[in-house]
Amino acid sequence: MKRFIGFVKKEFHHIFRDPRTMLILFGMPIAQILIFGYVVSNEINDVKIGVYDKSKDHITKEITNKITASGFFILSDNLDSDKEIEDAFKKGIIREVIVFEQNFAQKLEREGSASIQIIADASDANTANIVANYTESIINSYMREELWAEGLTYQINPEVRMLYNDELKGVYMFVPGTMALILMLVSAMMTSISIAREKEMGTMEVLLVSPLKPLPIVIGKVIPYMVLSFINAIIIIALSFFVFEMPIQGSLIFLLTETLLFIFMALSLGILISTASNSQMVAMFISMFALMLPTMLLSGFIFPIENMPKLLQWVSAIMPAKYFITIIKNIMIKGSGIGVIWKETLIIAGMTLFFLMMSVKKFKVRLE
Amino acid sequence: MIKSTENIIEVKDLVKKFGDFVANDHLTFEVKKGEIFGFLGANGAGKTTAIKILSGLSYPTSGEVNVAGYDVYKEREKVKKNIGYMSQKFSLYEDLTVKENIRFYGGIYGLSNKYIKEKTESLLDRLKMRDIQNSLISSLPLGWKQKIAFSVAIFHSPKIVFLDEPTGGVDPITRRDFWEMIYEASHEGITVFVTTHYMDEAEYCGRVSIMDRGSIEGLGTPVELKGQFNAQNMDEVFLKIAR
Repeated sequence: MKRFIGFVKKEFHHIFRDPRTMLILFGMPIAQILIFGYVVSNEINDVKIGVYDKSKDHITKEITNKITASGFFILSDNLDSDKEIEDAFKKGIIREVIVFEQNFAQKLEREGSASIQIIADASDANTANIVANYTESIINSYMREELWAEGLTYQINPEVRMLYNDELKGVYMFVPGTMALILMLVSAMMTSISIAREKEMGTMEVLLVSPLKPLPIVIGKVIPYMVLSFINAIIIIALSFFVFEMPIQGSLIFLLTETLLFIFMALSLGILISTASNSQMVAMFISMFALMLPTMLLSGFIFPIENMPKLLQWVSAIMPAKYFITIIKNIMIKGSGIGVIWKETLIIAGMTLFFLMMSVKKFKVRLE
Repeated sequence: MIKSTENIIEVKDLVKKFGDFVANDHLTFEVKKGEIFGFLGANGAGKTTAIKILSGLSYPTSGEVNVAGYDVYKEREKVKKNIGYMSQKFSLYEDLTVKENIRFYGGIYGLSNKYIKEKTESLLDRLKMRDIQNSLISSLPLGWKQKIAFSVAIFHSPKIVFLDEPTGGVDPITRRDFWEMIYEASHEGITVFVTTHYMDEAEYCGRVSIMDRGSIEGLGTPVELKGQFNAQNMDEVFLKIAR
């Protein structure tokens, strides 16, 4: 046991003495969550929109002006029929269409209320949600400041419709996504690199010649990264909870347990990668191209899986991050328990086992 | 050098195959306790394969291999406790200090803290490295790293130390100093099993084996071999065998 503790201590020395490792371990998670949190999700600027004004009266003109004068939106299309809405979205330039119903001003004056339809392109769910919220609040403030101030108690009803993705899958995507990405990076990439480094420097041979058995060597190398990954996960959850007000509806302990399971999976993947690579460079390239990019692009983190071509949907089925993201979203947003996400949990546990068995097998082959 | 008749390494009909390729073809040799045994051969002759089997990094395909009185196949753990190993890469942790490296390697051999501390002190004095005990290995010249790596390899007082091309890339003076250390270890009763490229170093060994294409082609003291192959020096012996 004493030998083992000495070993783990040595591993921490490696980590704390390498500024680059420290930066990846602690700088990156925080930077990423802040970037995805602030830059990607909460700010919108110069979003191009279309307006389909069926009424063309003074009030609809005023509302349109107010929206375009806000600085958030640019009017890029004036539409004349329902069919044009679909076409305009398909061109991919505009993100939102605002539809005023017929005889808008008349209706307001006679019936006291009228409707505006806000249609957003929800294939990018984050942006769609924000864009729609901004539009709504501009309309509401117009209602209060311009109409009610003059004693006109008219009611304008904005109706939001999300096109292409009505359930808004992906709204809270950045927290689970970043978490999956960071844990993958820290656990899988850093362990594979650190094991590959021992091979590259020749120290692995010396360790294997020593009375230390291979299993404690691997566990000793992995434990520090497990601890640090877990700390990272807690930082990410805390940041998203306190700074971005992401809810945690489910049990925090269950959330952390599932996180730990994912860390195990990533670590065993890291070990597997290291058995296949003899230098840090190779380990890094495999991790980068086989893990990071697919995790970002195919796990549903950035692009919703529902919108992918069938072939890529199949590929995404073997991305561990996909299941982890589902688990995290379910626990945090819907408050689900194990009853709902047992399947995903089982898949990740199965993957962990598979990677570990493969590693042991490859390791044995090396010894033969 | 302690002369002994006791065999510390016994290898009989060692065969190692990788698929169809025979890396070690029926090797048979003994190493006596306390001797400096040179293990020579061109690149790809099978030296590294053999040293890996002897040090328990790899299993033989067939044959009997006994190291320090234990069978390498069945009693691997006991073998490991009794051997030291230094590779051509010197195998120190560049981002740990001299002292930390010594403590770490002492630790994985299960030595007590007190023993490690005492021995580290005397070692630092002997190497005249007290001033640099807290410097990172990466800041030291190659020759110093080599000395520390060797000291670390014999820190737990093994019966045998395996040196895999320990003098690669260092200048002749440092190589000479290094051989002084090898002799010292040998005087303390540690058997030294060394592979090398440098034929002048072969002259320093007690006995030498020369491998070519997987099998041992020459075995004996440098004087015997020179006589047997009718050569002026080991360089000539080597060339005659390799051609």
